[in-house]
Amino acid sequence: MISIEEYKIVESLEEAYKLNQSRSNQIIGGMCWVKMQNKSVHTAIDMSNLGLDTIEEFDDCFKIGAMTTLRALETNERIMEFFGNGISESLCHIVGVQFRNCATVGASVFMRFPFSDVVTALLALDAQVQLHQKGIVSLEDFAKMPFDRDILTHIILKKQNIKMKYLSLRNSYTDFPVLAVAVSQTENGVQACVGARPQRAELVKDQGNILANGITKETAKEFAEFAANALSFGTNPRGSAEYRKHLCKVLVCRGLLALNGDDENEN
Amino acid sequence: MRIKMNLNGKPLESDASADMVLLDFLREHECYSVKRGCETSNCGLCTVLVDDKPILSCSYPLARANGKSVTTLEGLQDEAKEFGGFMADEGAEQCGFCSPGFIMNVLAMVNEFENPTDSEILNFLSGNMCRCTGYEGQLRAIKKYLAFKGAEK
Repeated sequence: MISIEEYKIVESLEEAYKLNQSRSNQIIGGMCWVKMQNKSVHTAIDMSNLGLDTIEEFDDCFKIGAMTTLRALETNERIMEFFGNGISESLCHIVGVQFRNCATVGASVFMRFPFSDVVTALLALDAQVQLHQKGIVSLEDFAKMPFDRDILTHIILKKQNIKMKYLSLRNSYTDFPVLAVAVSQTENGVQACVGARPQRAELVKDQGNILANGITKETAKEFAEFAANALSFGTNPRGSAEYRKHLCKVLVCRGLLALNGDDENEN
Repeated sequence: MRIKMNLNGKPLESDASADMVLLDFLREHECYSVKRGCETSNCGLCTVLVDDKPILSCSYPLARANGKSVTTLEGLQDEAKEFGGFMADEGAEQCGFCSPGFIMNVLAMVNEFENPTDSEILNFLSGNMCRCTGYEGQLRAIKKYLAFKGAEK
């Protein structure tokens, strides 16, 4: 279990950033995973007093504060009206309501967990992250960046014409996903994001224009095959690499057909 | 650090160590209904309400509860007794170890939903583990309790 010498509720982002430059200090998000580390921390940095726990709506985007809880994002009606129930679907299986009332969106994204439902869904929505030092970076880039000591302050979801479907396969209802898939149709075409491989979530775009003439059973299957071959998969106690690759083909295909409103069409 | 909170309707002020989580503080203040079942943020046994929202007290930093209102089962004895009656009638209890956290989350659900469907109930309570039963008795108890509360209004 973690041990903490000092607990600091910071008054400003600058203060949080300065404290966070020391390797012996650590930012506390929801504390749900952090507490399980076998580690001693000098100063725990708590950003819960910086007004970062809200979802703000602007003309062109939503800004989700890093300290927003998973549950607040899951139940936000404006987000649901705009992006459908994909985000909600990506969150509702995570442990339980009490856990999601603690865990924060910012920490889930910053940690880029190899089992992350959250990053998978947000990547498919072309999210951006706002970092204290580096400014605004696309989540697609951020998902590939190494860990550093910058601070994630917001996740930005642009209001664009976008449809997204989220699917995951779990061994039991609230377990980590064996595989998590989000597919979306944006103004720039169709893309699939695959997480819990178990590696950081990654986007696959329709570079070969497989779906350019529309999503049909055949083209969906072809794109799913393409996505599964473009990604790498790993083995852990939840499933083997081969099994995950197979699941990827099935879930991407189902997701694409669901985007088409073709929910009954299972492959 | 110095902590001030409202615990079960009463103001409380006390010293505590910096890395304390809410659960240990509550047990130090004689709220023995709050239990640590798993230590991995999974079982739901440690559920309490902070400003009326159900949270895992095993994970909630005590410092964050400063100035807030915290409710445990000790503070909801009448409600717990009422719902507990429905649980007993359905034979939903076996060892009873998970009941305090479970009842806290049921009461939180009733605050949040007027008329939850079966799938909303199961989703809301999926973070409360019970290793004796198959949850069927609990679901029956909840539905009868909801019907009873609805008729009361």
